[in-house]
Amino acid sequence: MGGKANDRRGAGLREWLRAGSRLPDERMAELLGTLEKPARDPEAEEALRRETGELARLEEIRQHERALSDRAETWGRTKGLTLLRVLYACLAGIVCALVIALLLVTVARLPSFGDGTNPIHNEVSQRYIEKGREETGAVNMVAGMILDYRAFDTLGESHVLFAAVCAVMILLRLPESGGERERLLAESNDRVYEPKHDIPLQRAVGFLCPVILLFGIYILLNGHLGPGGGFSGGAVIGAGLILYLNAFGFAAAERFATLRTFRTVTFAALGFYALSKAYSFFTGANGLESGIGPGTPGAILSAGLIPWLNVAVGLTVAAVMYAFYTLFRKGEF
Amino acid sequence: MQLWQNIPFLLILLPLYSASLFMVLRGRSARAAAVCVLGASCALSAVFLGCMTAFSGSFTYMMGHFPSPWGNEIRAGGLEAALAFVFSAVMLCAVGGGWRAFRRDIRQDLQNLYLVMCLLAQSALMAEIFTNDVFTGYVFLEILTVSACALISAKNNGRALTAATRYMVLNLIGSGLFLLSLSLLYGLTGHLLMPPIREAVEALDRSGAYHQPLTVVIALVTISLGIKSAMFPFHTWVPDAYSFSTPASGAILSSLISKGYILLLLKFYFRVFSLDVLLKTGIADVLFVFGAAGAVIGSAVAIRQLEISRMIAWSSVAQIGYIYMAMGLGTREGMLAAVFQMIAHTVAKALLFVSSGALCDASEGHHSFPGLRGAFYRCPAGGIGFTVGALSLLGVPLTGGMIVKIAYAGAAVNRGGMRMLILLAVLVISTAFSSVYLGRTLITLYRRSEEASPAAAAPGACRPGAALTAACLALSVLTLALGMASRPVLELLREGLSAFG
Amino acid sequence: MGNLLANYEEAAAIILFGIGFTTLLLHRNLIKKVIGFSMMDSAIYLFLAAKGYIAGRRAPIAAAGALSAADYINPIPAGLVLTGIVVSVSVTALMLALTVRLYRRYHTLDIDEITRQARREED
Repeated sequence: MGGKANDRRGAGLREWLRAGSRLPDERMAELLGTLEKPARDPEAEEALRRETGELARLEEIRQHERALSDRAETWGRTKGLTLLRVLYACLAGIVCALVIALLLVTVARLPSFGDGTNPIHNEVSQRYIEKGREETGAVNMVAGMILDYRAFDTLGESHVLFAAVCAVMILLRLPESGGERERLLAESNDRVYEPKHDIPLQRAVGFLCPVILLFGIYILLNGHLGPGGGFSGGAVIGAGLILYLNAFGFAAAERFATLRTFRTVTFAALGFYALSKAYSFFTGANGLESGIGPGTPGAILSAGLIPWLNVAVGLTVAAVMYAFYTLFRKGEF
Repeated sequence: MQLWQNIPFLLILLPLYSASLFMVLRGRSARAAAVCVLGASCALSAVFLGCMTAFSGSFTYMMGHFPSPWGNEIRAGGLEAALAFVFSAVMLCAVGGGWRAFRRDIRQDLQNLYLVMCLLAQSALMAEIFTNDVFTGYVFLEILTVSACALISAKNNGRALTAATRYMVLNLIGSGLFLLSLSLLYGLTGHLLMPPIREAVEALDRSGAYHQPLTVVIALVTISLGIKSAMFPFHTWVPDAYSFSTPASGAILSSLISKGYILLLLKFYFRVFSLDVLLKTGIADVLFVFGAAGAVIGSAVAIRQLEISRMIAWSSVAQIGYIYMAMGLGTREGMLAAVFQMIAHTVAKALLFVSSGALCDASEGHHSFPGLRGAFYRCPAGGIGFTVGALSLLGVPLTGGMIVKIAYAGAAVNRGGMRMLILLAVLVISTAFSSVYLGRTLITLYRRSEEASPAAAAPGACRPGAALTAACLALSVLTLALGMASRPVLELLREGLSAFG
Repeated sequence: MGNLLANYEEAAAIILFGIGFTTLLLHRNLIKKVIGFSMMDSAIYLFLAAKGYIAGRRAPIAAAGALSAADYINPIPAGLVLTGIVVSVSVTALMLALTVRLYRRYHTLDIDEITRQARREED
């Protein structure tokens, strides 16, 4: 007799467990009724106890697991992280030590320093030194090399600078309008901190700035005649502009240095650079006469395109240096 | 010198010049013009590929008035022509296909700059393909690095910025090591152009002088370019960088920029060090082990991903592992297989990124698999694209991936020995893993969702643009063409590779 | 020891390189990472510049009269260093811009902390 009732009770229990509190009330009551009535049946009581016992054990296991995972998580956030960091530091230290040791061993087996018979002093440098002045017109052999013999590298290099300034603009430029702009402006603009009327600084800069700019222009224009060139001259001019900006503030600098100026200068300089070099590459590769001679070495207007390229590079570098600074400080021009 | 031989030079200079031009132009016109330039590059490279197959051979092009050991030069052959065409086409499709997403992800006033970065990347890629000078390779490699960082961070949210930072940190190490290795190499050989360096290296190899420094140079070049191209133990920046950026960036980064670095490495192996010297140093073995580990682990981790873009990013790790594994075989056939895998993966991965971006857009921006249920019916073009790309990764017949698997198996059997067994085992295991994660994704995409989601109710809201459909179709056709017309492509690549060095 | 003592300039460059490399790998502070990277690059330029030096010769600015390669140091490493410097300026600026952006957003320079906050921000 008990077997059938038990089966029914078992089915009811399973239904209850499956559906939980979503069971309709009357069905629930019926189930509970069926459960209560045969409670006196020892066999059924045993089964019920077993099932509830299993349920409880299951719940216990779940709780245990949850506690374990919680502990693991806190451990990971505190001690684990420390352990990981220590491990990482040890590993990185070992890697670095190995790299340094390996490179030092390599250095010990390299050709010796300052020796004129090393493999790098070969026919390439010989031609640059002996024929450079005649072929490129530049007295400064390094200028002749980077702007004429190996001009393609240098073209790429000024575009690295251009790429970097575009990337910095993507990162730091403020939107032209909208709420986003207000928020970013509030967190990034440091105009409020700048000294307003720092008379000693302004006087000093009033004297120094023209000198620095003039010196920069000298380096720029003299690049094919002596030490110097577009990059160094441009960096000096850029430094002069930044100094001016710091002394007189953004309002004064904004009279000439705007986004528009920056764009025009960069485009004009880089465009001229790319086009003139493209012309020179094209004529060179196709065996055409370029019509640009080296001139008289030593004269200011000599060495073909080199002084003009130096000016173009210098303008780009000055504009980019200034742009980096102003983008870092306030995210616009 | 014929007129068409000027095309490589134009392919480099045209995007470079227009990049600075588009800084001045504003608004819609600049965007349209940028896409026109990419289209023109694609058309030019197609013409070049045609001319090159007719010409069959290779030529050098003087960049200036001075010949080889003194001046810069570029070089083109069948392999370069094929890669230039594929890269230009994929770049155009990635920008076109990611257009809508990038219009949404990137602030209005920065969109022009984003396209400027794409143009710079295109120019640098072309320069990496054609360069015959290691230092030019370094300079344009830095343009690639900078533009890749900008492409990642353009989305301008926290995750994208942190991903870009992690990317930059590892890439700075890579750049430093690469420049150091170039300095060492220059100190040993005294040249910067590849053919004279090659001669000097072979002379050093014969005489046995500077053996240890030369080995260090080869190791450093491998590691630095491996870091940059996400070789297995240095892949940690990949998942974040690919998945937190806009889909166009993901496509450009994973399918183009990483391949640019691998191509440069291949050039070093073939044209600078020569395969014999490479094999003697034993670095090929390390490459093989790293590649095999990457292929298995990348696929295994991809299974565990819950978001589609991260899954694709991890599958990139696996696929790049394949490339290195084949290069690590150290045979010409292995290298050929690697190059073909490079091309097939370029196309397939761009297709996967672009189409998955479209599918996510059609599913209200959900990236997780439950949200993507039934996405195929919301965006059929993206669905078809994803299917073709996934089938190609799996190596199903008629797709480029099938030819890759055949080429790999052939190269392994010819190599013989332990490596054959390892390569075949890795091939089987990795394919099994990829069939798990790609199959699961495909089933999700094709399963109709029971309760109609709002996006499905209003299909007009997220209809993909014509550009996206065109990009998906073009890339799908390219994938299928690689599979069906594999013989001439392989022939062209084999010829190009033998002219390589 | 081989040439290690004779190549003291290159050895110094390598040690500097190692310090920069270690800084870049070990520090979690982004500014320190940038410093490490700058040191690493400068060390490579030192290394390259040392390559071009030949004892007892002049800088490569042509004097009047006939030119002989036996009088001047090698101009090529100087040109490469020049190119390299511009590249590292660009990359440093980019890295610093990223740092500025992240600092304004998360008010910390610790890369792990930034990653954690970014992850939390998304959840």
